[in-house]
Amino acid sequence: MKFTLSWLKDHLDTTTSLDEIVDALTRVGLEVEGVEDPAKALAPYVTAHVISAEQHPNADRLRVCMVDTGDGKPIQVVCGAPNARTGMKSVFSPPGTFIPGKNITIGVGVVRGVESAGMLCSAYELGLSDDHEGIIDLPADAPVGLRYVDYADLDDPMIDVAVTPNRPDALGIRGIARDLAAAGLGTLKPDAATAPVPGKGECPVSVTLDFAVDDKHLCPAFALRLVRGVKNGPSPLWLQRRLKAIGLRPINALVDITNYVTFDRGRPLHVFDLKKVEGGLVVRRAKDGEEVLALDGRTYRLESGTVVIVDGKGVESIAGIMGGEHSGCDETTTDVLIESALWDALNIARSGRSLGINTDARYRFERGVDPAFTLPGIELATRMVLDLCGGEPTGTHVAGAVPHPSKTIAFPFAEVKRLTGIDVPEAEMRATLEALGFAVQGTGSTVEVKVPTWRPDVEGKADLVEEIVRIAGIDRVTSTPFMRDPQTVAAPVLTLIQKRTRLAKRALAARGLMEAITWSFIGKAEAEHFGGGKPELALANPIASDLSDMRPSLLPGLIKAAQRNADRGFGDAALFEVGQVFAGAAPEDQTISATAVRRAFARPEGSGRFWGEAAEPADVFDAKADAFALLEALGVPTGGLQIVPGGPAWFHPGRSATLQFGPKVVIGAFGEIHPRTLEALDAKGPIVAAEIILDRLPPPKAKPTKVKPKLVLSDFQPVERDFAFVVDEAVAAQDVLKAAQAAERTLVTDVVVFDVYRGTGVPEGKKSVAIAVTLQPVEKTLTDAEIEAVGGRIVAEVSKKTGATLRG
Amino acid sequence: MAKAAPTFRARPRTLLHGFMMSDIAALEAELLSAVAAASDEAALENLRIAALGKQGSVSALLKTLGSMTPEERKEKGPLINGLRDRVTTALAEKRSGLKDAALDARLAAERVDVTLPVRPSDNARGRIHPISQVIDELTTIFADMGFAVAEGPDVETDFYNFTALNFPVGHPAREMHDTFFFNPDETGERKLLRTHTSPVQIRTMTAQKPPIRVIIPGRTYRCDSDQTHTPMFHQVEGLVIDKGSHLGHLKWILEEFCKAFFEVADVKMRFRPSFFPFTEPSVEVDIQCSRKGGEIRFGEGEDWLEILGCGMVHPNVIRNCGLDPDEYQGFAWGMGIDRIAMLKYGMPDLRPFFEADMRWMAHYGFRPLDLPTLAGGLSA
Repeated sequence: MKFTLSWLKDHLDTTTSLDEIVDALTRVGLEVEGVEDPAKALAPYVTAHVISAEQHPNADRLRVCMVDTGDGKPIQVVCGAPNARTGMKSVFSPPGTFIPGKNITIGVGVVRGVESAGMLCSAYELGLSDDHEGIIDLPADAPVGLRYVDYADLDDPMIDVAVTPNRPDALGIRGIARDLAAAGLGTLKPDAATAPVPGKGECPVSVTLDFAVDDKHLCPAFALRLVRGVKNGPSPLWLQRRLKAIGLRPINALVDITNYVTFDRGRPLHVFDLKKVEGGLVVRRAKDGEEVLALDGRTYRLESGTVVIVDGKGVESIAGIMGGEHSGCDETTTDVLIESALWDALNIARSGRSLGINTDARYRFERGVDPAFTLPGIELATRMVLDLCGGEPTGTHVAGAVPHPSKTIAFPFAEVKRLTGIDVPEAEMRATLEALGFAVQGTGSTVEVKVPTWRPDVEGKADLVEEIVRIAGIDRVTSTPFMRDPQTVAAPVLTLIQKRTRLAKRALAARGLMEAITWSFIGKAEAEHFGGGKPELALANPIASDLSDMRPSLLPGLIKAAQRNADRGFGDAALFEVGQVFAGAAPEDQTISATAVRRAFARPEGSGRFWGEAAEPADVFDAKADAFALLEALGVPTGGLQIVPGGPAWFHPGRSATLQFGPKVVIGAFGEIHPRTLEALDAKGPIVAAEIILDRLPPPKAKPTKVKPKLVLSDFQPVERDFAFVVDEAVAAQDVLKAAQAAERTLVTDVVVFDVYRGTGVPEGKKSVAIAVTLQPVEKTLTDAEIEAVGGRIVAEVSKKTGATLRG
Repeated sequence: MAKAAPTFRARPRTLLHGFMMSDIAALEAELLSAVAAASDEAALENLRIAALGKQGSVSALLKTLGSMTPEERKEKGPLINGLRDRVTTALAEKRSGLKDAALDARLAAERVDVTLPVRPSDNARGRIHPISQVIDELTTIFADMGFAVAEGPDVETDFYNFTALNFPVGHPAREMHDTFFFNPDETGERKLLRTHTSPVQIRTMTAQKPPIRVIIPGRTYRCDSDQTHTPMFHQVEGLVIDKGSHLGHLKWILEEFCKAFFEVADVKMRFRPSFFPFTEPSVEVDIQCSRKGGEIRFGEGEDWLEILGCGMVHPNVIRNCGLDPDEYQGFAWGMGIDRIAMLKYGMPDLRPFFEADMRWMAHYGFRPLDLPTLAGGLSA
């Protein structure tokens, strides 16, 4: 919302400075976004007399001018403007001046061999208009040597404030003035301009509100008045200047008046040229497919949700949003119809959005225009038309009835202290409310507060608290210590999943992986490839087609990220993400996944080639190690964890596994990414990955105390024995280990595979799996015979479970 | 020298009781010089056997002591025992010297180039993303003030994201949110991606009785993308509901937070009235800063920077959660995690946060064990 200081002063009687006003605006909640002071930008420019303008000796299009700037010493300026001529008055910028329109600083120079100091300027060069046809041509009686800002009355700073959606009243300058007056920056001037203007006779154009009973709210009131015999043309300079200052283009007096009232009072109006209106006006819902050529020169196809104003020829205006081109006012208009109507905020918002039209009128109607100002608005506009264009008004015809909302709030003054902690004296609170237009009735500690019609946002006590403190100065809130609730002192603040999320990130980063944060949405094809792509997880309005579906897995994002790094020349990418994945649209379908990928030579012990050993790309066991390191860091016991060969479809079927506790609790998978998956993601491998769904991990066993179980240490040395078994290729090492463990549950404390061998000495289709078994005696040292016996049981059990034979 | 050994072995046989003191001295001189000349442990062992072995020259002398008269023994005993002791010592010292020399020679041969690099290489260092780090910092600061961490789903309903938060249907404030919608389901309900973390306020208030103190960090979404906006970003929200907390308490919390987060001794704060549908009164907060050469510093200077929005929870919101706004009151605040991370750590652009460029992560990321603690200071 833009306005100028002089415009504000039309409503606010004040002597405060611009700086004070700017500070106060922000303080009361009208945040100042910018101040433009033309007096500063245009300060160097002075009015000047062109004593002579002669043909440049070396250039046809240039003239050499002698310019008098008031100090008696003529200055020589080379000027290319076609209208430069002897005796004219114009605007001169001395050397060293910044020229806004040209974005340069003018100096002293030589133009085609003739010295030139400074320049004569066009309005365009001063940043005042689009006119760059020639230099400014001032009237012959213009004084010389005056600051141009003073001569042209441009010394009027423009202030731009951000108005929050709850303050439609501040979309009119008078509303802003009211706030400033309440804040003590002056007094609100009496409003004389809206007094009724007597009219002669009735408005000859009828208005019909053609709505079904349920639709009456779409246009509660429509006021129309005719002014006959006007002379339309450019509006006076003061009006043009104000409109230009706030970024509007002056059109003609009648149109400028409607724009003026829109900004002056937050009251949008419309004017029709009577001679272009056929018959009476009807206000109704548009018919589907009906079209209108609007004032912006575009044709809009309408739907029944939009309200229109129609005459005998068709749609003349889109209600509350934009007028039609047909019936608009131009220089030929002699009889003007002025409309001041009320529209339904919600309907205007919807229509405006579906049509894609943003106008000052829509902006105000959808936030809420003061219904009580419907008729004062038309009086103000009529008065201005008479002042600027002459003519004779008829009476005002009102279709419907202007509503006068009356809201009263029971307000205990103590509410201010309760919600803000600020002590504001009762008299100050009362004065503030009254200055803002609220009527305060009653004398006790709780009063009845009547809300003014221009404040649709104020609904309850809290709103009044805000009104009082924003004027009192919300900075009066004093910092009050807010100690920890003693009952919560020892309670942990993180839940198990929150703790595990944190730990998972640190654990994976500690394995040399870098944490990525990738988009929660991915492309549809990618989502489908990873088991997602459900319709309920597809966005209706994605920002891009590759960001259309909620991700079922973190892998697509990470694999593509790894590939992007490779494309930049960093092929050994080790990345992880711990974040949400989506199996459905319900809250419980959202889980946290911890996923790590390793590309090319990004191995846990270090990426790239290393002088100490031959380079091998990351393999399935690196991914497995990531998964197990994560589980270890999270304190998840892996004893009962099953490693079932083969992961989900996006993994290499022979080099991947699913991790599960029993048949139902699948916690994740690891392995090499399937070549077809890589191809689908436009990535090059090898890439290995581990995914763990943190929500599926079993919680730690609930323990009654923090005391750890007693530590029992054996006095006897453990014994290690090695066995090499020959088994079929298909036999899983895990089964050999399990059988060895099961053979002697109490004595065997550890079994590891230390070698897997194929080749000489081992038949085709078989492999040798060598294991080391640790026996921990509990009661006494084992004799050779006892160890021998245990070994026998191990061999027997492994043979039984896996068909293994002891390698000779 | 090894070939000289048999000579010593032969000599003792010729010695009898009548040997002279000069013979002992000569033997000692001979033995000690042989020990000194021994070049390895094997030669030394041969010498030991030749002198002190069963048939050794010194042993032979020692044996003669048994057949001596007491007088003779008193005279010769110390001489012979002294000879044995000195030869034994010489042998031990020589042996130890030879061992040291051998070890030194081995170590000299085992030299490696210690300047060869170890693993991991520079580009394989794990890093924590600044967003995660900042969330951990926030959690640490607010945990100290007794705040728990609450979370909620990203896929939300219109009710939690807007209606319960007092956004009237069709209100411009709703439109300002640039919401991502899902296709309507079979019941016609249209879910959305939460546009802010505030729906978790509703979820918390409806699930838990006051007093409530939570912070709500998380991902949020708006269909907006340019230099300074990404369709996905992060917010953190705070919520307090009890029977007496007011704007003064909120100001204290925010001041404590800013001091702790930006790690400055003091920070000035400015409240400005503003508007959010779910708070009333609503406030925007600026903090004091200085801007020098493009760098923003907090806790100093004359400038102001808008950092967050807050206010007293709107009575309608409290009511929508089944609580009586005349009995319960409280405040909420919200800010962009990405933004405060950028401010604190001087990251100029938002977009790289979500591009997973390893060069960016290596530069702006945090070491895995830099877990923020109050004891150790938030940032390492």
